[in-house]
Parts: sequence; C-alpha cells; structure tokens
Amino acid sequence: MPKSQPDAYQEFIKGLWRENPVFAQVLGMCPMLAVTNSAVNGLAMGAATFFVLVASSLLVATLKQWIPRQVRISSYIIIIATFVTVTDYTLQALVPAIHKELGAFIPLIVANCLILGRQEAFASRQPVGLALVDALGMATGFLFALLALGSVREILGEGALFGVDLFGPNFEPWVIMVLPPGGFLTLGLLLLFFSWLAERRQKLAERLAEMEVEGS
Amino acid sequence: MKHRDPKLLVQPGPLLKQPLTTSMAMRDVLIALAPATLAGIWMFGLGALLVLLASIAGAMLTEWTFLPEDKRRDQLANGSALVTGLLLGLTLPPALPLWMAFLGGTVSIGLGKIIWGGLGYNLFNPALVGRAFLLAAFPVAMTTWSAQTGSTDFFQVAASNLAAPLMHLDYDGVTSATPLGLMKFQQQSTALWDLVIGKTSGCIGETSGLLLILGGLYLAFRRDLDWRIPVSILITVAAFASLLFLIDPDRYPGPLFSVFSGGLLIGAFYMASDPVTSPLTPKGAWIFGIGIGLLVMLIRVFGGFPEGVMYAILLMNAATPLIDRYTQPRVFGKGLKSPQGGHQ
Repeated sequence: MPKSQPDAYQEFIKGLWRENPVFAQVLGMCPMLAVTNSAVNGLAMGAATFFVLVASSLLVATLKQWIPRQVRISSYIIIIATFVTVTDYTLQALVPAIHKELGAFIPLIVANCLILGRQEAFASRQPVGLALVDALGMATGFLFALLALGSVREILGEGALFGVDLFGPNFEPWVIMVLPPGGFLTLGLLLLFFSWLAERRQKLAERLAEMEVEGS
Repeated sequence: MKHRDPKLLVQPGPLLKQPLTTSMAMRDVLIALAPATLAGIWMFGLGALLVLLASIAGAMLTEWTFLPEDKRRDQLANGSALVTGLLLGLTLPPALPLWMAFLGGTVSIGLGKIIWGGLGYNLFNPALVGRAFLLAAFPVAMTTWSAQTGSTDFFQVAASNLAAPLMHLDYDGVTSATPLGLMKFQQQSTALWDLVIGKTSGCIGETSGLLLILGGLYLAFRRDLDWRIPVSILITVAAFASLLFLIDPDRYPGPLFSVFSGGLLIGAFYMASDPVTSPLTPKGAWIFGIGIGLLVMLIRVFGGFPEGVMYAILLMNAATPLIDRYTQPRVFGKGLKSPQGGHQ
C-alpha cells in the first residue's frame, strides 16, 4: 500500500505523543495508578495491555462487516475478554510472581476504556492494516506511560530500577511513592511535565510560522 | 450581588480603607514568629537553624522558578514564600536531614501554592502540605526527635542533619520522645512549666508555648488574624480534654497539658488562621475553629498518631469553601431565608 504509507506513519506516531492514551487522553487510569509501584509491574501490565489491544483491534477490524451495529459493544467485549483470558493464563504460567502482584488488574483489562475506545473509534471504521498500526501506536504509548510512572515510583520509593539497587544501602526510601498517593502525585506531575512540553512545542511552531510569514 | 464561593466579603458601608498589604501582613507574622524561632534555635542548636534555612531556601527557590519573570521581584519581596518556608521549618524535627527540609519547602510552594494559581488561590495551608508530604514520605526521619542540646554544645550539628541528598545517616544524638508521645505510648506526663517555657523535645518551633502565645497576641492586636479561630480551637480542645479528664484522670491528660503540648499553639495561631485557607465570616470562623479542635482531640485520643494538629487543619481547610457558602450573612432587604434558600 504505497499510497497510504504516510497515513499509516501518522496513525502510529499519534499514539506515542499527540494522542498518547495517558498523557493526552487520560484513559486507562485504573491500571495506571494501581499497579505502577515498580518498573517491572508497569512493564508487565503494559505488555499485557499491548497484546490485548493489538490482537483485539486486528480481530475487530477483520470481523467488522459481520458485527451487527446493535450488539457491537458486547461483541467487542467478548473479543477483548478472550484475549484477556489468554493473557491471564499465560502470565500465570510463565511469571507467577508478577501475576500475583498484578492480581485483579489483569482480568480488569477487559474494562480498560482505552481498548474499548480504540475498537469503537478506530478499528470498527478503518481497514485492517490501519487498525493494526493504530493499535500498535496506542499500545506503545500506553506501555511507555506505564513504564515511565513505574520507573519514577520505583527509583524514589525503593532506590532501585527493575530491582537493581541504584543508591547503595544508605538510601532513604520515599515511602509515599509506593503507596497510592504517590501514584496520584507522580501521574499529576508527569501530566504537568508533558503538557508543558506540548505547550512549548506549540509556541515554537507558532513562532516559526510567524517568521515564515514575515520572510515571505 | 451574591457569589456562591466568595473570595472577598464586602460588608455594608461605611468602609474604611486599611493600609494593610500582603508584605505588611507577612512582616507582622515574621515579627510574631521571631521569639519562638530564636528560642527554638537556642534550644536545639545550630542544626535547627540549618533546617530552617534549608526549608526557607527550598520555598523561595521554588517560588522564583515558577513565577513569571515580571512578577518574581514583587512576589519574593512580599515575603509570603519566606513565611511559608519558616513555618514549615518550625514544624520539622531539629535533626532532620537538610535535603528533606529543602524538599519540604519545594513541595510546600510547588504543590501547596503555585499549582493552585499562586498566593490567595490555594485551598490548603502550603506549609502543612509540605509537612504532610514529608511525614508520608519519610515517617522515620519525621518522628525522630533529638533532645535539646542546651547552650554548651550549641555548635554541634547532628550528623543526620548533614546526610547527602537522598541518603540518610544513623541518628547518633540523644533522642527523646515528645510530651505527646510519652503520654500516648508510656502514659507519662510532663511538667507543665517545662511545656510552657518549651523545655521539651519536639519540632523546632512548637515547644515554647509562652512565646508562641505572645506572638499570637501581637498578630491579634495588629488584626492580622481572626482572633475567633485560635480562641475557638483552644477552647474546644480544653473543653474536650477537661471532659475526658473528668471521666478518667489516670488515662487522659488535663486540659492545660493538651493545650500546651504538641503543635497546637503554633497550629492555632499561625497556620489555622491563615486568611487564605480559613473562612471569611465570623460564624464560619467559629465553626472552623471548633472543627479543628474536635479533630485534634479525636486524632490525639482515638487515632494512631500522638499528634493530629496538621491533619485537623488540612481537613478543615478542605471544608472552608463549604463553610463560607453556608455562613454568608443575609443580604439586606432579601427576607429571612438564607441566600441558599433558593427563593431569589
């Protein structure tokens, strides 16, 4: 598909930055706040969501002609739930320790509004290829956000990253960071940081446009 | 005519313009706090002074960083960041690592004030936001109280003060429990005179009851604070404590102990009365003060912590907009129903 090539790139890149599910759309907050007390947990949750989102988008985009409009939401949920069950059992078999820590939040991926939102808003209206690219972008953006939050909280809360000690034995852990308030605080500060970056970028773009107008 | 959430209450005329500005009010607070601050430094040594300076530096640097360039000079000169930093520092334990005090100042101004829109827009007392953050983040460091050094080793700075950023060092000095801690966990009382003049361990600026009251009276006479708030807090605490004392004198401390111990006086005079985060109306001030007094005693007597002034004030801060909404005076000529009666 040479013609849709630039389009596909845009659909992928928007999930990473401009329409990032966490920093721009503020979706999927429940797993975002609940399981990101360490980088590993954030990564595992991100990977699980990644698989479910990509697989469901692919299937929904493939099957969209045969899904009746009236029952589309329940059909999406059944598709999503299937992949969540697969993920749940896979994690339980491969990494039982992490599965235990994530607890109820793996089954709860079914109710993640990011996934259902992509099915309803994108996968059910676009060709399979674009839906796949969109899901890949969104899932990567979500994974990145979970990893960022988990890393910040683990570094400050336990002085480690992925379980590797960073500061030596005298480190004073910030207890609040591994507790729920730390999740809210870190998320808020990250949102602040990313919207500040976005605003700066926009101002820069505006100034460039002005200069171009003046130049011509 | 009427706003649901007033920021300014205009009473019927005649009105007199008061020459009171933010910087004057802040200067009065600094004057009022000076005796208790100097006493705290004298009693806990050079380390306490360093903690105060670190917390002030954190507050002022954050204020400077996040203000627009054209407002920096004015806002820093009016001293509100200085007062916030100082108040935070006075409620920290004297052997706290300096980087934690600095971080506390940063959080006070950043999360307590700037993020709400700056001076006058914050819902919670900034200094207490910083302290609550520190207590939640570093519970051990924030509840390790060093004994008073006295005049002989004034220049001895506790090793824990000088811990490198993000690190902690073992608390080497003589530690001793606060009067409230002794009372809660060991059923041991402290002599009243020691509480009044401040010969106990505790936060840098909370120990000397007498000097705090003196400063508070100065503020009340200068009309910088609403006298109803500290008075209602102290009366409520004293009444609650008397009641408990009458029920079981062996288990509960008397009213004077309750008033003079812990951070009650510094909280009542300097933090609860912060005009930004307390109700505007006289009736609201009474409700606010009584609420704080009740919460303080509930936390002290039935809660897990020995001291609850900080949480009590923060909780009532959250209720301030609601109190303001329901205690507005009747608008002249508008009938007897409250402005919220929904009949306009």
